[in-house]
Amino acid sequence: MDMLLIAELSINGVFVGLMYALVAAGIVLIYKTSGIANLAQGALAMMGGYAAWAFATLAGLPIWLWLPAALVAMFFAGALLERLALRRMVGQPIIMVIMLTLGIEIMLRGILPGFFGSSVKRLDIGIPTTPLFVGELFLNRATLIGGAVSLATILLAILFFNSRLGIIMRAVSDDQTASWSVGIKVERAIALAWGLSAVMATIAGVLWGATQGVDWSLSLLLIKALAIAILGGLDSLPGVVIAGIIVGLAESLATGIVDPIVGGGTRDVVASVIIVLTLILRPHGLFGREHIERV
Amino acid sequence: MFYRRAGIRHTRYQDERQIWPLPFDRGLVIAVFLLALAAPFFLDRLYLVGYMLPWIIWSTAALGLNFLMGGAGQIHLGYGAVIAIGAYGSVHMVRSGIPFEIAMIGGGLLSASVGIVFGAAALRVKGLYLAMATLAMQYIVDFVIVHFPTISGGTQATIQVPRVSFLGLAVVGDAPTYYVALFVCIVVTLFMLNVKRTSLGRALAAVREKDYAAAIIGVNTFRYKLLAFWVSSFIGGVVGSVLAVCYYRAISPDQFHLELSIQLVAMVIVGGLGSVLGSFFGAALILFAPILLNQAIGFMAGGMGVAISTDLRSHVPLMLYGAMIIGFLLWEPLGLAKIYSNIRNYFLVWPFRHARQ
Repeated sequence: MDMLLIAELSINGVFVGLMYALVAAGIVLIYKTSGIANLAQGALAMMGGYAAWAFATLAGLPIWLWLPAALVAMFFAGALLERLALRRMVGQPIIMVIMLTLGIEIMLRGILPGFFGSSVKRLDIGIPTTPLFVGELFLNRATLIGGAVSLATILLAILFFNSRLGIIMRAVSDDQTASWSVGIKVERAIALAWGLSAVMATIAGVLWGATQGVDWSLSLLLIKALAIAILGGLDSLPGVVIAGIIVGLAESLATGIVDPIVGGGTRDVVASVIIVLTLILRPHGLFGREHIERV
Repeated sequence: MFYRRAGIRHTRYQDERQIWPLPFDRGLVIAVFLLALAAPFFLDRLYLVGYMLPWIIWSTAALGLNFLMGGAGQIHLGYGAVIAIGAYGSVHMVRSGIPFEIAMIGGGLLSASVGIVFGAAALRVKGLYLAMATLAMQYIVDFVIVHFPTISGGTQATIQVPRVSFLGLAVVGDAPTYYVALFVCIVVTLFMLNVKRTSLGRALAAVREKDYAAAIIGVNTFRYKLLAFWVSSFIGGVVGSVLAVCYYRAISPDQFHLELSIQLVAMVIVGGLGSVLGSFFGAALILFAPILLNQAIGFMAGGMGVAISTDLRSHVPLMLYGAMIIGFLLWEPLGLAKIYSNIRNYFLVWPFRHARQ
């Protein structure tokens, strides 16, 4: 096997993995605060991509205007989603809540391509398409920048958890009733978590939209994000970074090395295999907390 | 009015524990049964093959999924993969000369044994992980079917289903295929109606409500969850073989993708978790609502001159599934079955609403 090819696959894989991790970070953020696994995170990323495209192309705004506009719009969309749909489900069995997020994801996957058209939309954030050569390595510029931005966003999220608001959110994730009793507005913290994770999804949607275009297939990020979130432990933000790198590497190497043998398509199944393996070997992930349940 | 309870006295416990204690219910069930039996004689071919047959098959699948989701409270997002295993398994068995009756059971067993592997992996942890493990199962099974030419016959290939006979009846033409599907549907329905009255059904209900509490009163939760997985996957496999032989007649991998799983989950939720009648209602609504809406849109586009893009029309089913799942979960979590039961309860004492039911 060609060492150069492996090095190239590995570097690209790490950065792609970081871009996946940004979507997974949104799932972790929501799980940490409200204990819900948000199956609509991939669809939120798609929605963010469409929002950015709509502001950029339909409204014709310049980049320094459409990017903040999309982020703000998606923050409120996320918070609104929590307020209108998820909050009514408090106290319902977990299966119902998961189903609700699944319903949201299906509906978004119908509405957005349905109304905006299902053809691939180009989203230009000013990254030159010429590949980058480091020595003899052939690297994708969009992926490199995307991975770096994703990593920075996740680090910001980790820092955020040390601010005053972040401490409130940690308290809520620890024990909702106890936070209530000391005067924390639990609903507001959860709505904030949804808004922030929608913002992260939007950044991911824009980055992915810049590399592959905006269409419904952005919602397929969900399965990769889920694999990362589970591998890293559902309530650990640092775990997301490590797991993202692992999943990205595994996927890239599988595509480069296993694909020629079995005839393509391994890219989509790596995430699923990682989910199953994690559940068999270490159900709570690499860094997740094990929950002790009382009757 | 219809469901008069007055004057009906039960003098034995067995009478009161009947599935349908009220004579009106029994009459209704018999009438529906006779109608279903006579359908090939008075229904147009289009309606029989295009509406009745898929409705019956999808209802059976929804019943199997409902056993797991409503009966045992476990989530399953990969039921389409379970059906695919049953379909491919039984079709390959039929092609190698095994009688259809045995191939059907064989397909069920195959589905059950593959399904239980994923179930066992996921059941060590709780509901939410199960959702993801079953989602992963969907993708892995899809991948395996597509990429192993011995199973699918190649990436883009379809496999023809040979002519088969079921219990001596040659499954050719519209009426015999319909009767085979109806037979399987009735068997599964009878099982679902009665399982709630057995110790298995009660144990599953305990597990569904609170698995730790169930474990404390002596129910082996892991075993019963696994059993629920097994039974549900078995039903899924049998439905898969019926789907392949009676409806599709030529199977290809894209018939069993995630869309099928989502469709079935939507059927169970819209119909009502844990309700037998609801599975039929849900299947009908999810199967036919997009068709009706599409026709309405087509009518609007054609008759009133409203311009509607093909993109919008092709995405109507997805929007509708999503909207119906969200709507029912928010406003009627127990689904169409609950709406039916509300109407029924109203008529139980009509017009004396103040009377206790």
